[in-house]
Amino acid sequence: MPANNLKEIKDNYDKQYANITKKIIICAGTGCVSSGSMKVFEAFKTELAKRNLNVCLKISEGCREIYLSKSGCQGFCQQGPLLSIGDTFYTKVKDTDVVELIEKSVLKDEVVERLLYKNPADGKQYKTTAEIPFYKKQTRFLLQDCGRINPEDINEYISNGGYESARKAIAEMSDAEICNFMLDAGLKGRGGAGFPTGKKWDLTRQSKGHKKYVICNADEGDPGAFMDRSIMEGNPHSVVEGMIIAAKAIGADEGYIYVRMEYPLAVTRIKTAVREAREIGILGKGIFGTKYNFDINIMEGAGAFVCGEETALIASVEGARGMPRPKPPFPAVSGLFGKPTVINNVETLANIGKIMAVGAQEFRKMGTKNAPGTKTFALTGHVANTGLVEVPFGTTLREIVNEIAGGTTGEDGSPDQEAFKAVQIGGPSGGCLTKEHLDMPIEYDTLKAAGAMVGSGGLVVMNKTTCMPSIAKFFMGFTQNESCGKCVSCREGTKQMLSMLTDITEGKADDKTMHTLEDLANVVKVSSLCGLGKSAPQPVLSTLRYFRNEYNEHIQNKNCPAGACKALAKYTIDPAKCVGCTACKRACPVGAITGEVKKPHAVDKAKCIKCGACMKACKFNAISVGG
Amino acid sequence: MTANTENKGFVYVEGKKVAIENEKNLLEVIRKAQIELPTFCYHSELSVYGACRLCLVDIEGMGIQASCSIAPKDGMKVTVHNSQIREMRKTNIELLLAAGHHNCTTCVKTGMCKLQDIAKKLGIKEVRFKQNTEVKERNTSSHALVRDPEKCVLCGDCIRMCSEVQGIGVIDFVNRGSKTEVLPAFGKNLDDVECINCGQCVRICPTGALTSKSEVSHIWQDIWNPGKKVAVQVAPAVRVALGEMYGLKEGENTTGLIVTALRMLGFDYVYDTSYSADLTIFEEVNEFIGRFEKGEKLPLFTSCCPGWIKHAEHCYPELLENVSSCKSPQQMLASAIKESFVQEGGKREDISVVSVMPCTAKKFEAKRPEFSKDGDFDVSNVLTTMELARMIDEKGIKFLELEPSAFDMPFGFKTGAGIIFGAAGGVTEAVVRFVLGKVAPEADYKPITKVLHESKSLKEMEVDLGGGKKVRIAAVNGLKNAQNLIADIKSGKKQYDFVEIMACPNGCVGGAGQPAITGRENMKQRSEGLYSIDDQVQLHKSQDNHYIAELYKNLVGEVGGKKAHEMFHTHYHSRQRIKLKPEEAKGKTNINVCFGSSCVANGAKKLYQETRQLVKEKGVDAKVHMTPSFCYEKCTRGPVVKINDAIIEKADAKKVAAELDKQVKK
Repeated sequence: MPANNLKEIKDNYDKQYANITKKIIICAGTGCVSSGSMKVFEAFKTELAKRNLNVCLKISEGCREIYLSKSGCQGFCQQGPLLSIGDTFYTKVKDTDVVELIEKSVLKDEVVERLLYKNPADGKQYKTTAEIPFYKKQTRFLLQDCGRINPEDINEYISNGGYESARKAIAEMSDAEICNFMLDAGLKGRGGAGFPTGKKWDLTRQSKGHKKYVICNADEGDPGAFMDRSIMEGNPHSVVEGMIIAAKAIGADEGYIYVRMEYPLAVTRIKTAVREAREIGILGKGIFGTKYNFDINIMEGAGAFVCGEETALIASVEGARGMPRPKPPFPAVSGLFGKPTVINNVETLANIGKIMAVGAQEFRKMGTKNAPGTKTFALTGHVANTGLVEVPFGTTLREIVNEIAGGTTGEDGSPDQEAFKAVQIGGPSGGCLTKEHLDMPIEYDTLKAAGAMVGSGGLVVMNKTTCMPSIAKFFMGFTQNESCGKCVSCREGTKQMLSMLTDITEGKADDKTMHTLEDLANVVKVSSLCGLGKSAPQPVLSTLRYFRNEYNEHIQNKNCPAGACKALAKYTIDPAKCVGCTACKRACPVGAITGEVKKPHAVDKAKCIKCGACMKACKFNAISVGG
Repeated sequence: MTANTENKGFVYVEGKKVAIENEKNLLEVIRKAQIELPTFCYHSELSVYGACRLCLVDIEGMGIQASCSIAPKDGMKVTVHNSQIREMRKTNIELLLAAGHHNCTTCVKTGMCKLQDIAKKLGIKEVRFKQNTEVKERNTSSHALVRDPEKCVLCGDCIRMCSEVQGIGVIDFVNRGSKTEVLPAFGKNLDDVECINCGQCVRICPTGALTSKSEVSHIWQDIWNPGKKVAVQVAPAVRVALGEMYGLKEGENTTGLIVTALRMLGFDYVYDTSYSADLTIFEEVNEFIGRFEKGEKLPLFTSCCPGWIKHAEHCYPELLENVSSCKSPQQMLASAIKESFVQEGGKREDISVVSVMPCTAKKFEAKRPEFSKDGDFDVSNVLTTMELARMIDEKGIKFLELEPSAFDMPFGFKTGAGIIFGAAGGVTEAVVRFVLGKVAPEADYKPITKVLHESKSLKEMEVDLGGGKKVRIAAVNGLKNAQNLIADIKSGKKQYDFVEIMACPNGCVGGAGQPAITGRENMKQRSEGLYSIDDQVQLHKSQDNHYIAELYKNLVGEVGGKKAHEMFHTHYHSRQRIKLKPEEAKGKTNINVCFGSSCVANGAKKLYQETRQLVKEKGVDAKVHMTPSFCYEKCTRGPVVKINDAIIEKADAKKVAAELDKQVKK
């Protein structure tokens, strides 16, 4: 099928689809797969076959009745496995539910109510995604097709309008026109720094050289981030399409997708997408029937976080050790193999085709003046609904946490608005935001001013049981492990900061430690070679900014207000509640508890190793752990 | 303003206007303004690395930047020192001090260590950070070099020196973050890899992480052994560099002081390696003329440099027959000393020879088994120039106040030709003087040659021997440059009859045993120092060294004769671990199954067995020679089997059987 006639492909697909009466979509995103969605898929296959129904797994000639499709991530990961039958949206589906679902929801138009989503806050049930607050409050522009279409069928992508933007860019637009269009649209890079995409392309376009490259940075490595992964798994063709347009804009004939090997499903799907595109002439020589050549290589990263930094990524593609180099020269001038190179992240590229389809003005209607469009966030932590969400820039944290995520959850996992403590945004390079930021519109500049960053979009909500120095320590441990070891400031600085944070959480620090920590953080922030090092002290600096008292409590009173630092825990027995049953005394492995039978016991703090065995043994709630 | 600077503008360094000339980066411009910014990882001869974070400056409009990585632009306003920059530099040095165990008092690099120097200059009085408790082991596996990871600041200078300048690349970073270390591949020892012991890594190492392996204690023991005579020989390049350790200028001649000092140290005989440099010319020219007349095994490559020899054994086994079979001057002189001692009635093992060399690879050369007899090495120990200074200091000798004295005879006599061996191109010039001296004995010793090309690293010339005979010569220094030259020779782009190769940039004067004092790296003056000694001596052509004529008359016999071969020539062996070209048996059908990693992963071993079986079944066992081989670089199309000239990709037993039938019939 020649790719210069996308309409033909679409018409053909629509014709083949016409006889489908029921569409069943099972989420095959990583979250749902790990909670068993493939078992559900197999059960459907078997049970439908038993009933001699016509089932299509991929739309082709002669399809009729039932289309059983696997989709990419639908975003509502906490409720998985997710399943839609027609419009009806089911959550937490198990393979044992399949027979009932077929009998009622597939064969008749009944609803299996027990599998509908129930809002934990008010107990209300919803039948379609359009009604569920989690989805209703989002603007799913980029993720529109993600979780809806079959990521392994290029025809389905095309029938949904896919590759039309790429065709137009290749066949009808000049490189300058594309760059100008992107400048008009005002898209900013979604990988973290927020550099205007149009400007990046235009700079690379103007760099002299016959050979240029487009690189898709799919080395998403922030703890708690899975936006790029979901896009690659759910709609890989949107990434390929973005790369084709970028290639035309700068004059490249070769591209690389650098994807981390820890994303096996994303790797498979992106490989399939590239193969499919090549088969119908969307990649390769003379694409879309023009004279233009462009092809994509896929390179799997070996698991270094630093390879998300563009110069380190380039080094890695070139076969060298993944270490950043000083900039300038920027990749736009001298990138891969010394040639002008555009590096965009997955989400940025996935936006391109969509933006061209709706037009720059329409795109600008979403988001803010400085940051048009939407941003995806990987929502995790102490909230009712974790998952992948997409909101326009300018949305407040309150809207995301309370409305989409269904509010903060307390210690027992149930919604508790009062339990909210902070949001960590932007991963190890980002910072913490507090209650006072809840009504701040989220955007590149506002977050920067508050000491955080959009980053790639990890968003971790934390309740009051979270200790902020411990959070800083966690992220510092991560950066320390992932530092490439090249520059002194990052290599040794992160190590020393980690050691000081450990001392603070273990009650071994004094005021001098705090001063040194803060001084060092300020040095590493400026003195490091690359973005990873420069942002490594962010978790320390932002928690110090908003939670200095918590640090002081750890240092001066050797007390962890959140009760999270084990080394600072103080076990005490309430003499009023203690009946002297000796259960705790027997449970204590180090003999730290003394007391006579039927008389209140006491803990010897010098001997106590803070294992908590006494607390578990006590049947009278007499033992408490104070900070 | 000169025409040169006209278009490039000015940088304002602390308000002072500094012209931008040909500086590649801001750091060089600032240094030109007499401000020495501290650095570990910046060297003009290496690529910009940007890791030490010490050359930070504040640029108006750009903020704090590492000046090594910024191109100077007209109008740039730069502050090189303020409270923020000071804090950052101090912090970075403190971090390094906390990360390693620098034990300055017991470190050989003390007084010449950049870390020590910078810490002192920045006024660091305390380290605010916790001392790293993990201790990494020193590696002393190599004969020449010692690696101490505890003192490494991970500036990567050694790595870039090894790969960018020397073209070898035996070391690189391993592990990540604070666990990063500099190691040979797979954590192997330096003596298990292609390291040529040139020690350029040692020369550039800012701290004591890479040092030469000292044999000083052994030498004292020999000196104090009443039953032993100890002879010492001094290489040409040493005399123009040792003075630097005592504050003299680069290139200043301290020959007489060195001889006196060596006698005071207790050496029995003090000889000059320049003597055997002259001797080398006799043997090498004889060898060259022989080959030149027959037109075989050309170009002849020189063999004085042990770094180049080991490299050739690793990487150019096919060129080994072109390499002169002459031993290096160090080994020739040791042979001559030992042999003369024996001739005069002494026992071989009762005299030991110590050499003072500008070179770390000489330590390795001295330990080559072919240069020993029954476990007694011709050269028992090698001192570098810096190690000699340490011995002089240890004994408390006031070097600069010594009365100069002369070498012992006969092995202390030399001509200027033997002196200039220490400079790049010197061996070549000595050869030319010798050859032209034979053609026209009365002519000036300064050779009249046609210089075709001359750069810092390569000199190409043509010498007219008369009668239409012209000798094409190249002299190259720096191993990477040598590799490029060899590539040109192999491709036919360049043709020579004689090629001098010195592994170190600038030749022996730039050896790793020479003083490496921060900020004093002027090799040119050392070379000039050697040429000025050449100017001062009476004789300039090796054939004029009458002590050599005597040696041949009394001990050796003929130049290039049997005894000369025993004493002054050697042989080389390939050190290639894997033969790239598999052995082939003539008159047989040769089958090679690729055993490279990729082919093995694709079932090459099984296929090898199947092919064996096939050969047996077909009864062609006697007609077939079968071996596993190495990579054919067709990894995506493996397994690969080669039968005679036919290469079978994605091979299986069926394809092999079909091709075997065809080839056996031929």
